[in-house]
Amino acid sequence: MTRHILSLPALSLLAGIVTGIAGTVPAQAAEATIAVAANFSSTADKLAKAFKAASGETVVIASGSTGQLYAQIKQGAPFDAFLAADEARPALLHKDGTATTAPSTYATGRLALWSPIPDTIPEDGAAFLGQAELKRIAIANPKLAPYGLAAKESLTALDLWQTYKTRIVMGQNIAQAFQIVAAGGAPAGFVALSQLLAAPEDLHGSHWTVPMDLHTPIRQDAVLLKRGAGNPAAEGFLAYLTSPAGCAIIRDAGYQPPDTCK
Amino acid sequence: MSPGDLSAILLTLKLAGATSIILILIATPLAWWLAHTPSRLRWIIEPAVALPLVLPPTVLGFYLLILLGPAGAIGGAWVQLTGETLAFSFSGLLIASVIYSLPFAVQPLQTAFQSVGTKHMEAAATLGASPLDAFMTVASPIAIRGYFTAAVLTFAHTVGEFGVVLMVGGNIPDKTRMISIAIFEHVETLSYTEAHRLSIGLLIFSFLVLMAVTILNRRTPVRAG
Repeated sequence: MTRHILSLPALSLLAGIVTGIAGTVPAQAAEATIAVAANFSSTADKLAKAFKAASGETVVIASGSTGQLYAQIKQGAPFDAFLAADEARPALLHKDGTATTAPSTYATGRLALWSPIPDTIPEDGAAFLGQAELKRIAIANPKLAPYGLAAKESLTALDLWQTYKTRIVMGQNIAQAFQIVAAGGAPAGFVALSQLLAAPEDLHGSHWTVPMDLHTPIRQDAVLLKRGAGNPAAEGFLAYLTSPAGCAIIRDAGYQPPDTCK
Repeated sequence: MSPGDLSAILLTLKLAGATSIILILIATPLAWWLAHTPSRLRWIIEPAVALPLVLPPTVLGFYLLILLGPAGAIGGAWVQLTGETLAFSFSGLLIASVIYSLPFAVQPLQTAFQSVGTKHMEAAATLGASPLDAFMTVASPIAIRGYFTAAVLTFAHTVGEFGVVLMVGGNIPDKTRMISIAIFEHVETLSYTEAHRLSIGLLIFSFLVLMAVTILNRRTPVRAG
């Protein structure tokens, strides 16, 4: 009997450890968990730090793709607010009552034609594209990604879609489009200006910021979720997005800040 | 190493450790039964145990999300009992990991128990040992390498878990954000240096684990006959 590997006392000790581990989910009162679309997560981190310094309230950022975060919210994920990468998902959450406020645009994405090689893209990017010197061009899938759709719309508006249609290297999302260009899979691509500004210095290369009138605005909407109603950290953070300090951070990150803060 | 990455590493080790302990407890009777039962039920149970090996983690994660969510059978009952949602919590991740890593615990144990055979158990029984006694004092020590392999593989497999924790976890810092999710997020936000730091750690860890299992299985021959 002394050679028992798993004796009963040992078993109950293990069970105790396991339930102890499983039970440590702390419940904090003055803290909000915000679901943030991946493209905005590093900007949201900066905003959360500045917000904490200004108000003392703590905001935890949980990031993922907009579709995945939406599914999690529908399944009861403990998020207090949602900063999406599109307008559709916040509108759906408002419609079905999961969100308590109407969606508001917290940032508008800026599209950029980018090459990691300096002096490739000149100041007049439209004329450069028109000369059709690019053998290949990376864009995000227009069916899945708002930035992909904006790229397609911009090329169409410039009357160049037919020219470039057969030269496209397509990424599933804007992060992939960026990676394709960074890895040399295409000499240039349509990416988010915010990605470019966040990228390491040696990748900056040259870019042209696509004028906003060439495509439908890439609006990113936010909503307060039912769980976050009355939570000062969640409500305060959403208000902070349109404050002068918040807008400055959003602009510096490569987005057009909300109209309400101009 | 940023505090966020450090907390992801600690949380992952905690999840993998707890999953290994629970799975050894669950897998031991299950593997023994599978190794020796004449029942035809094993033709259903055995593939069911192996299912997480072939299912895409997103499929598993999707169904677990539905099951553990507040509208699901388990998740709904949990909300009634505790007032908290099971999905997007550490407890929910623990349940998901136990299912996800089940074959990695059961299969090495089953192989070990099969090679132990029933002779030793029968001998112990004729000497008056109860089945549990015989199992604990005779069969388990012989199968100890099976236990080791099962624990190590379960731990390593849980550490590398991605699809399931992405769906069921919710990427909440300090609560459900695991190493693999942190790497994914670093890549998505173009923080390649941080992604590389975590990835190379996982790569070396996985290699060392497999090397340990290989050496162990070579060196000491099986004592069973």
